[in-house]
Amino acid sequence: MISINKLHKAFGKNKVLKGIDVNFNEPGITAVLGPNGSGKTTLIKCILGMVIPNDGTIILDDKNIKGEWEYRNKIDYLPQIARFPENLKVKELLSMIKDIRGGEENSERYIKLFNLEPFLNQRLGNLSGGTLQKVNITLALMYDSPLLILDEPTTGLDPLALVRLKKLILEEKAKGKIILITTHIMSFVEEMADNVVFLLEGNIHFEGSLQQLKTNYKSEKVEEAIAKILEGKNYNFSSNGHSKRDVELKIQPNI
Amino acid sequence: MLKILKYVGYDLLRSRWTYIYCSFFLMISLSLLFLSSDLSKVVISLMNIVLLIVPLIATMFGVMYYYNSREFIELLLAQPIKRSNIFLGQYIGIAGSLSISLIIGIGVPFLIYGVFNSPEIWNFMILLVTGVLLSFIFSAIALLIALKNENRIKGFGLAILVWLFLAVIYDGIFLLGLIWFNDYPLDNFAIIGSILNPIDLSRILILLKLDISALMGFTGAVFQKFFGTGLGIAAAISVLIAWIGIPAWRIKSVSQTKDF
Repeated sequence: MISINKLHKAFGKNKVLKGIDVNFNEPGITAVLGPNGSGKTTLIKCILGMVIPNDGTIILDDKNIKGEWEYRNKIDYLPQIARFPENLKVKELLSMIKDIRGGEENSERYIKLFNLEPFLNQRLGNLSGGTLQKVNITLALMYDSPLLILDEPTTGLDPLALVRLKKLILEEKAKGKIILITTHIMSFVEEMADNVVFLLEGNIHFEGSLQQLKTNYKSEKVEEAIAKILEGKNYNFSSNGHSKRDVELKIQPNI
Repeated sequence: MLKILKYVGYDLLRSRWTYIYCSFFLMISLSLLFLSSDLSKVVISLMNIVLLIVPLIATMFGVMYYYNSREFIELLLAQPIKRSNIFLGQYIGIAGSLSISLIIGIGVPFLIYGVFNSPEIWNFMILLVTGVLLSFIFSAIALLIALKNENRIKGFGLAILVWLFLAVIYDGIFLLGLIWFNDYPLDNFAIIGSILNPIDLSRILILLKLDISALMGFTGAVFQKFFGTGLGIAAAISVLIAWIGIPAWRIKSVSQTKDF
């Protein structure tokens, strides 16, 4: 469904993406992993058209997304931080998104699930962080788009809401959607992800299934495998003083 | 764009600041009308307030609204909607709600005082029109500055500086220029100088309409001589509209290439 070719993005002198090549075609959950500043969010924002790449193409359903906006009808997105206009009511925010997107939606279900009815007529500025995140999730899931992108979905959720969210994500997966999740929480990856894409300093260092990652790096847990990728990189950098390209070559054959 | 405009409007028309702004003008207009029943004089006093306060509030409000709605803009950007529509919708929403506050704040007291039965109606209307134009001009400039500056403090600082320059410093430099080049014919210099500053231009527009030569000053006199009153007003209004068009066009083009 999505194929990304040689994607480059720099913010000023800071090169964030350095020629990313990756495809997301298989239904299921793909975890996009990487340390802070590795380019996870930038990659996702490029797909959404929020960040405009310097070079490279993103093809979604055989169409280059550059300069387009209709394609976003096929994407549901859960942003990391939920902040809405303070003086709008929850109800109005929902109807605004409905106004923009049109078509069928099932917000009622999520309103019931998260017990949002009492808040529908309250202003968004008066809601607590947890309730805002629930509104945020409702907005992200109320449409049935084939691609679902979740940016750090677990931040700020209480355990109960987290359990519910996991259930919802699995439900969406069962519908045959392509789901991209960025997260720092390895146990979440272990539990939910089918595939892993590991980004480091703007390059993809691993792309494959969760199982592959573990076998390639002879680890029992994702956490260990990731640590090994990072260690390998540090080792090459500090003791041998190899160039960056060498480091990449060392890691790449494992893919 | 209309969809965005509608909800920005909902948001702002419930904002406390919109009401504070509106009641400020209500109180000022009522007290001025209470102190003097000469509508023409009240229009002039109000003019001086409008020319200073409207640009200031539009500037601050525009910058503040953009920075506050940063994450919300990101949410909208992920929706199937054109980028330019999001920003133009927001812009028109901000400028529109400020204009409505102004029209109510000044309009209601004058209505009570029977402006419709008075010959001052057109002078009053031109005051309202310039107030609305200034709201649109300065919120466009503010939004543009905010869009171009990620750093809030820099954005706020720059916006205030632009207001200070156009409202206060510009006049000083302009006056100095007139004094320095006293020996040369200054008509064209004066016309160009006042066209470049929307606040000066608004002042001339109102004074041309009021036809008070004593208050008009050099630039107003040149304007009147150059254009004749009717054409002068039309020229001033079209330049003010260009002052809206250029920043609004820049908002559109900057927003097209900006990363969020």
